[in-house]
Amino acid sequence: MMTAELGHFALILALMVGIVQAIVPIVGAHRNDAAWMALGGPAAMAQLLAVSVSFGCLMYAYMTSDFSLVNVANNSNSLQPMLYKITGTWGNHEGSMLLWVLILALYGGAVAAFGRNLPPTLRARVLSIQSLIAVGFYLFILLTSNPFERGLPAPIDGRDLNPLLQDPGLAFHPPFLYLGYVGFSIAYSFAIAALIEGRVDAAWARWVRPWTLAAWTFLTVGIGLGSWWAYYELGWGGWWFWDPVENASFLPWLAGTALLHSAVVVEKRDALKGWTVLLAVIAFSLSLLGTFIVRSGVITSVHSFAADPERGVFILALLLIVAGGSFALFAWRGPQLKSGSLFQPVSREGALLLNNLLMATATAVVMLGTLYPLFVDAMGLGKVSVGPPFYNRVFIPLMVPVVIAMGIGPMLSWKRADLGPIMARFKFVYVLVIGAGLIAWYSHAQGPILAPIGVGLAAWLFFATLFELSERIKLFRAPLSTSLRRAVNLPRAQWGMTFAHAGLAVAILGMIGASVWKVESIQVMKPGDSVAVAGYDFTFVGARKGRGPNYWVTTGAFNVTKDGEGVATLYPEQRNYFVQKMPTTEAGIETLAAGDLYATIGDEDNTKGEGAFVTRIYFNPLVVWLWGGLTLMVIGGLISLSDRRHRVGAPKRHAQKASPQQAEA
Amino acid sequence: MKRKHKRLTFVMIALLLLGVATALVLTALEDDITFFHSPTDVKTKDIGEDKRFRLGGLVEEGSVDKSAQPTVAFRVTDGAETVQVKFTGQLPDLFREGQGIIAEGKLASGIFIADEVLAKHDENYMPPEVADALKKSGQWQGDGDSDKETAK
Repeated sequence: MMTAELGHFALILALMVGIVQAIVPIVGAHRNDAAWMALGGPAAMAQLLAVSVSFGCLMYAYMTSDFSLVNVANNSNSLQPMLYKITGTWGNHEGSMLLWVLILALYGGAVAAFGRNLPPTLRARVLSIQSLIAVGFYLFILLTSNPFERGLPAPIDGRDLNPLLQDPGLAFHPPFLYLGYVGFSIAYSFAIAALIEGRVDAAWARWVRPWTLAAWTFLTVGIGLGSWWAYYELGWGGWWFWDPVENASFLPWLAGTALLHSAVVVEKRDALKGWTVLLAVIAFSLSLLGTFIVRSGVITSVHSFAADPERGVFILALLLIVAGGSFALFAWRGPQLKSGSLFQPVSREGALLLNNLLMATATAVVMLGTLYPLFVDAMGLGKVSVGPPFYNRVFIPLMVPVVIAMGIGPMLSWKRADLGPIMARFKFVYVLVIGAGLIAWYSHAQGPILAPIGVGLAAWLFFATLFELSERIKLFRAPLSTSLRRAVNLPRAQWGMTFAHAGLAVAILGMIGASVWKVESIQVMKPGDSVAVAGYDFTFVGARKGRGPNYWVTTGAFNVTKDGEGVATLYPEQRNYFVQKMPTTEAGIETLAAGDLYATIGDEDNTKGEGAFVTRIYFNPLVVWLWGGLTLMVIGGLISLSDRRHRVGAPKRHAQKASPQQAEA
Repeated sequence: MKRKHKRLTFVMIALLLLGVATALVLTALEDDITFFHSPTDVKTKDIGEDKRFRLGGLVEEGSVDKSAQPTVAFRVTDGAETVQVKFTGQLPDLFREGQGIIAEGKLASGIFIADEVLAKHDENYMPPEVADALKKSGQWQGDGDSDKETAK
């Protein structure tokens, strides 16, 4: 079948279109040539079509198990379930880069399709810059990471997708992640276009907002999926390890959050323009940095990177061009962005500026921790590892003022606000916060004192957010019908904020419970043995051997009771995959509101008795609140996205149309 | 507030923030990073008993003692010296004698009490996320220990 060659050809075609799209519209904007500028839209659609065909061909090869393609032979197998044949398309380096450019083209096409109300010059520039990035990545794929390479003679069967990836959570993690941080490329393109034009205004901020929101929302889902996968797959209930690969996705999220909030000030008050443009550049640069860290092999060790630097050097070059070029452009054109209104330190703008500062510092600190080991290794100073102890000491203290400020910020008015009276209005909230802290302290009196304080902070954020909502709809101060009417008529962005901020509070509660109050018990158990963990009795019933579609499996069974009453039965598994001979552990989990009952089985140990196994049993408190909180945040993002003001199309600039010589300098 | 004073306020806050962050980072870099040592390092250098570090090497043949399950005892060697290790928990599936491993923990009376053990996984190429995930699940690919003998 010629599909692979078709896919390869389509990709080259996309590159050709991309080169044209990168040059013609932006030159057209400079020369104010309407025809040249108008090329951007159709070109973007053509790119999207070409890349879609290319991706489709690769996916087809996976679905039909075409092992004459080296990529498919290395990452698939005929016994694999069809779902994993499909998701295997992106479960490898080359395929995932093709997914990257597909999503880049998707966003470009979306701007072309939905951005008809943008001034032609801005639209042309945005599409050109978007295409410039795409060209860089097409070259990367075609020159260093081609998924369409044939390997003849074709092997009879493939090497199977890595068993860790044969899992629904991890299978869908890359698409969401890419929809996230590739999405920041749009904000980036808008920022560069604005710098070139020399103008950032409220209209610009309104156009950028939906794209940034979408990217942020998807990235939150992607990170959440990855975390959730780690929790149920890796066997001890951990959900965040501050690993370079995790940080690679967290850094753009931090910058993206700051960007989202900073853009609000540009839109509403015509201020913080420099910050916002810079944050857009930083967010996308961090996406590229993340891609570099993950794809270059540099985290395994600097030496393995140096041994095969081709891919790493390419991405590094891309990163330096993008970041370096953008910062240079910012330095040159930044001063052109004149700020609109002034504001007092204590005001909503001031709070959002503080947010920018704190988030930027947090981003810098996480980046430092991530890159430090690479730096030390490259200098030959030995090998160090920077893990949770570092981040707990550095990141968490920075987040405390953020959480506090998040409760107060929405209550502040624009331009200037009186802090005293506002803080006094929180009386009822303070009571709830102290109550929550006391309950937390009472329930885990032996635990670290920081836990109740953390719970208090989470309670502060939650109740302060609800309080702000209640003030806005005049709850208890006006008739209920008035309040309800006000609630329904609140702008969706307002609801989005409420959900997102409250969601974060709930997630923080889950984080505290799952990390600090976790109970662990490791022992060897024979069938019939019982162990008590956190008030629950876990009785090991026994283990049975069996077979799955492409693996052998040993399934254990635990009966869990509390005070004699049956609560759940857990079925942990140990799988051994045929082809890659790799074992994986699947935990048996029962989710309760108070926490998760969690069990795994390990090695058989017949010296301790017939059918005895090493078992690990955990009680992970409040984990479901972590996932619930993240879900609320995502819902908040979606509600904001659904705001009618975005859907009616990008608002037109009020003052003048794109006038000829105005913006060119 | 005059514009000049406002700007000064913002700058002061920013500097304060930067100062706090720097202090935190410097303290953390001193106390909270984990260094890597080979058995030779352990025997020849004086590594304190409350300093957390990573010990890397090969599992010495014939040294694995599972009589006190779930606590396992074994010795780690780099060809020159060996260190006794004790670990309570589930060993990674690829753990076996002669295999390269990295253990993370602290020394106590000359015995290394590990709370994490990663076994080296021999796979040619794998996506970094998977390598990362394998690392977390107790299997690890990298050339940390073999480099150590020459790099020092």
